[in-house]
Amino acid sequence: MSILIVAEHDNASLKAATLNTVTAATQIGGDIHMLIAGVDCQAVAEEAAKVSGVSKVLVADNAAYGHQLAENVAPLVTEVAGEYSHILAPATTTGKNLMPRVAALLDVDQVSDIIAVVSADTYKRPIYAGNVIATVKNDEAIQVITVRGAAFDGASAEGGSAEIATIGASHDAGVSAFVGEEVAESDRPELTAAKVVVSGGRGMQNGDNFKLLEAIADKLGGAVGASRAAVDAGFVPNDMQVGQTGKIVAPDLYVAVGISGAIQHLAGMKDSKVIVAINKDEDAPIFQVADYGLVADLFGALPEFSEQL
Amino acid sequence: MKVLVTVKRVVDYNVKVRAKSDGTGPELGNVKMSINPFCEIAVEEAVKLKEAGVASEVVIVSIGDKSCQEQIRSALALGADRGIHVEAEGALQPLAIAKLLKGVVDREEPELIIMGKQSIDGDNNQTGQMLAALTGRGQGTFASKLDIADGKAQVTREIDGGLQTVALDLPAIVTTDLRLNEPRYASLPNIMKAKRKPMDTLTADELGVSTVSKVTLVSAEPPATRQAGIKVETVAELVDKLKNEAKVI
Repeated sequence: MSILIVAEHDNASLKAATLNTVTAATQIGGDIHMLIAGVDCQAVAEEAAKVSGVSKVLVADNAAYGHQLAENVAPLVTEVAGEYSHILAPATTTGKNLMPRVAALLDVDQVSDIIAVVSADTYKRPIYAGNVIATVKNDEAIQVITVRGAAFDGASAEGGSAEIATIGASHDAGVSAFVGEEVAESDRPELTAAKVVVSGGRGMQNGDNFKLLEAIADKLGGAVGASRAAVDAGFVPNDMQVGQTGKIVAPDLYVAVGISGAIQHLAGMKDSKVIVAINKDEDAPIFQVADYGLVADLFGALPEFSEQL
Repeated sequence: MKVLVTVKRVVDYNVKVRAKSDGTGPELGNVKMSINPFCEIAVEEAVKLKEAGVASEVVIVSIGDKSCQEQIRSALALGADRGIHVEAEGALQPLAIAKLLKGVVDREEPELIIMGKQSIDGDNNQTGQMLAALTGRGQGTFASKLDIADGKAQVTREIDGGLQTVALDLPAIVTTDLRLNEPRYASLPNIMKAKRKPMDTLTADELGVSTVSKVTLVSAEPPATRQAGIKVETVAELVDKLKNEAKVI
């Protein structure tokens, strides 16, 4: 068996979720190759070649792949797909956008967002907002899979010495074009990669009060998240949402502040190693999953918490 | 411009689904069913395009047994013009659904197809991208903003860490994310009016599509539960536990 991982990167460096996907591939077993589709992405290829467990890196360096447009990258992946038993990508917005297009071009079903590898063709994945864990078997000749990063540890970024091969194919479907990007400028780590996540819910009352959470996150080197209720109420943007339909996180420490603990939020954070809940409602469901609960008014507790860190 | 919108009948957002005790699948007996929330956002976006004079007709398509006609009627009550019900039994995989939708697209030739980014039952997040692949069209997934101008769809997409904007040639496929709009509620007169709107029925055979899938459910189980921990009395105690017991700060 051989496995192709479609790497996630920004043309400068490999995104951490790619390393989690390598671990999933290792559990499936077989030769692991990595595809870097991008533009001026040689540095990424060199980084990928060092990842432990990767034996070959394929580089497609072409302007058509610069912004990871699925319309252009999917035909590239399908062109090389015939050599592989499995094609994996992280279940990030990039992977989710790309892989179903690859699967449909190959005329195979896809298995999304796996959280465990049972065997080379059987996987576990959450359905119904994580309330049910399904074990599914895939009988396709080419297994197209997306991997939930939070469910697998990252492979070591060092120790490998894969050969790098250039593939020349250029695919420009000509039906889509990149217009622009607004990436939130922040010194904080990305939500899905952070070791500490401090999240606020409707109890924060407004967007301004999220500064209280930022102060704590900054002291702990963490990221700031939010519940869907806080996003729906317009306190903070959607990309901060932790939950089944938002980001899935599994940090070492998750601090839930003013979050009641709706099912859909729990689905996004319940794999965190340690969960802290701060809420003034002692019956809030969040306390049922929290390792440490503090029943307190957050506006008193947060400044005190920040001060003691 | 004709807009095609897909809607899926799913277990209502507020129902907590559990695995059956024998592990054969999710327990779905006697639960409330609704339009998938992301599909509802898709309907709303299409109706807004019609109100703005951009869309001339909004066609709703749903795939499933007869009961999904209820969700088509709900979408018609929100302002869509007519419905297409593709009859199919059992739970279909996204690829089969995308193939059925391609059959509908070939017949209807819409200039824009708006779909939910994922359904809250299977949580696959595949069908829109697969339909785009099968039709060879551009895909604007996870849309938080949609503008139609000069024969193109300009789509702002929710990506990890921010927003990305792409321009797609029409026809194109757009899948909705939460922030795209806030769906309206149907008024009683519109619910009555929806009952008289036309609805066609098609079958997989008529569309020439095989719905057999190679992905099968082996078993279903409840997620690992977390034990509730302890309540601390003060912030100082919390900090102490995190430092000395959990050792995470």
